[in-house]
Amino acid sequence: MKTGAKILIEGLQREGVETLFGYPGGVVLPIYDELYNSSLRHILVRHEQAAAHAADGFARASGRVGVCLATSGPGACNLVTGIATAYMDSVPIVALTGQVPTNLLGNDAFQESDITGITMPITKHNYLVKRTEDLGHVVREAFFIARTGRPGPVLIDLPKDVSTKEIDFEYPESENVSLRGYQPTYRGHSRQIDRALELLIEAERPLLYIGGGVISSNAAEELLQFAESLMIPVTTTLMGLGAIPCDHPLNLGMLGMHGTRYANYAVTESDLLIAIGVRFDDRVTGKLDTFASQAKIIHVDIDPAEIGKNKRVDVPIVGDAKSVLKEMIARIQKKKDYEKWLARIRAWKEKYPMRYPKDGSLRPQFIIEELSALLKGEGIIVSEVGQNQMWTAQYFGFKKPRTWITSGGLGTMGYGFPAAMGAHFARPDEVVFDIAGDGSFQMNIQELGTVSHYRIPVKVAILNNRFLGMVRQWQELFYDRRYSYTELPPVDFVKVANAYGIDGMRVEDPSDVRAALSAAIETDGPFVLDFRIEREENVFPMVPAGAAINEMIGGHCE
Amino acid sequence: MKPHTLSVLVENKPGVLSRVTGLFSRRGFNIESLAVGVCEEPGMSRITIVCIGDDAQIEQVMKQLNKLIDVIKVSDLTENDRVERELALIKVNAEPGSSRAEIMQLASIFRAQIIDVGSRSVVLSVAGDTKKIDALEKLLRQYGVKELVRTGTIAILRGSKTVKSAK
Ligand SMILES: Cc1ncc(C[n+]2csc(CCOP(=O)(O)OP(=O)(O)O)c2C)c(N)n1
Ligand SMILES: [Mg+2]
Repeated sequence: MKTGAKILIEGLQREGVETLFGYPGGVVLPIYDELYNSSLRHILVRHEQAAAHAADGFARASGRVGVCLATSGPGACNLVTGIATAYMDSVPIVALTGQVPTNLLGNDAFQESDITGITMPITKHNYLVKRTEDLGHVVREAFFIARTGRPGPVLIDLPKDVSTKEIDFEYPESENVSLRGYQPTYRGHSRQIDRALELLIEAERPLLYIGGGVISSNAAEELLQFAESLMIPVTTTLMGLGAIPCDHPLNLGMLGMHGTRYANYAVTESDLLIAIGVRFDDRVTGKLDTFASQAKIIHVDIDPAEIGKNKRVDVPIVGDAKSVLKEMIARIQKKKDYEKWLARIRAWKEKYPMRYPKDGSLRPQFIIEELSALLKGEGIIVSEVGQNQMWTAQYFGFKKPRTWITSGGLGTMGYGFPAAMGAHFARPDEVVFDIAGDGSFQMNIQELGTVSHYRIPVKVAILNNRFLGMVRQWQELFYDRRYSYTELPPVDFVKVANAYGIDGMRVEDPSDVRAALSAAIETDGPFVLDFRIEREENVFPMVPAGAAINEMIGGHCE
Repeated sequence: MKPHTLSVLVENKPGVLSRVTGLFSRRGFNIESLAVGVCEEPGMSRITIVCIGDDAQIEQVMKQLNKLIDVIKVSDLTENDRVERELALIKVNAEPGSSRAEIMQLASIFRAQIIDVGSRSVVLSVAGDTKKIDALEKLLRQYGVKELVRTGTIAILRGSKTVKSAK
């Protein structure tokens, strides 16, 4: 005989889970009691939101399913932002929540909230388990659904009596999950793939537009092979950074609102856009009618609903990025010379490089460049949201997939620090940095407690401008510099870190940046760096909301 | 923009209807009518949804529905040869005398049945496609429709073709 809680823990182990992030409470007591003896490592966070983000960071860094656990009601509700963040960026996590006993469901019982109802729009699927007998296969299905197809969060809600009830149960040795309503397509249609290759022969100015789907399907190698064999330039979204090494001659960096000028110009002039694992998000396309308006579009995505959602597509290919790219490479018969186009792009790159003022003041871009130089582009870089995120995206220079972790779709401030904790458990040998804003860091600053408790060696580099900088930037540019509620009073972050038993350093001078970063890297445990940066530095170039993406402002290069 | 009739085969599980309807409201699609019930396949239900949208919107609705794990198959019956029926119960003011006779006459033209007779009202039951029910309701308005209950359209393909799970 086994309790539901035991079945759950065994199920997690069978799915290969080693670490989970959680916070206890009344209705999950039976589960915590089971954890007490188990080989699973449970990390006690200081707020459930952090548990969800940590599971998400773990998943992004490892490619495996991240797991978080919370009690019913307030605990479950605190997971919501984290689940929504994972949903928007297609990250596989399984969220476990306790629930009031089945006989009290719907009674407004103490700490009851309808978490399956609440998370319906932000999960790939969710379960309210009403019978202990169902638990075993629900756990299997949940992990299967989370990691297959277009990955995403799955929530399992467990009433207390389902966890405590004892039943006779053995996990079957091997059990294939089969769901008649869920059969993702992995292999692209070969006719369509041939059609795509034909378009490449007709094209003069092809461009690969690459997103997070290429990262999550582990297709970076295939992408490189494909791009190199046909000599097609590549631009990536925020989520796609790392899919191609930043210093690769075919790489144009990021496109979109804060993309490089040359990437945005290339999209605008391209006559064939090969979009893979992207969703034509408004932060990327700017004004939709003018986005790639001269181009035919090939769109590869595992989610058929993304194809044609925002933009008419000429060749739709439903399939997994890795499998489709492999197939495309295998089916290449003819090659075309795009040298004229490549030369044009090289000229743009030379004329419009990414630049920022170097006047002796402490600039955030410089800090990111220094960090990149020290880490040689390696390590795992997590960011918060706002200017800090964009400067990191623009200046770090990512070389490998899964080394850049950021909340793209939801843009969740407070994501970075807990996600960095999760990333550490996924890749314990890597240096993990959270590049933070002073605003964002204060959204989950309580996790200093967690990193201190477990000595999680996450390095926080706060680009401290004492502003909600990105919002301030919009106020400066579009609201007549009326800084309505965006100024933050100074905080002594080093003292805050010290209060948690964590070392820190404040940096005000550019000449101290490298030493400070080295000190952080060389410290065994966590470290907090408080960089007092130029307060009103902006992120440039920038496409104003609603403008075409080739109508960029700023960039210190006109 | 025209009405589309979607036939959606779903797992007969708790919450499936709210997953489906939630998706419509969340993505800003309007439902004109919705009818749900068990079907010939054990463990499945069939939902018939009539919604209005342009082709791109309907395509997006169908793709989004398909993404729901509990949705087994989605078919747009609009372009197919099909029969559609809806049932309506209509309570009409009918004072004894001439109006009651007129109502009974209308009922027989529309092949509606009088299923309840009260001292001052009657209840009609009418089945047919949406247009027919709309037409009858409009004619009955002059007498005063006290209450109208409609089931929403259900539809089925003509001939031997079926809407089934492919799996
Ligand atoms: C949870 C949340 N609330 C509000 C916002 C809106 N927002 C986007 S960027 C930003 C400012 C971020 O400030 P900070 O973390 O200091 O970063 P900076 O832009 O200064 O680098 C705000 C408020 C958000 N993205 N997330
Ligand atoms: Mg700030």
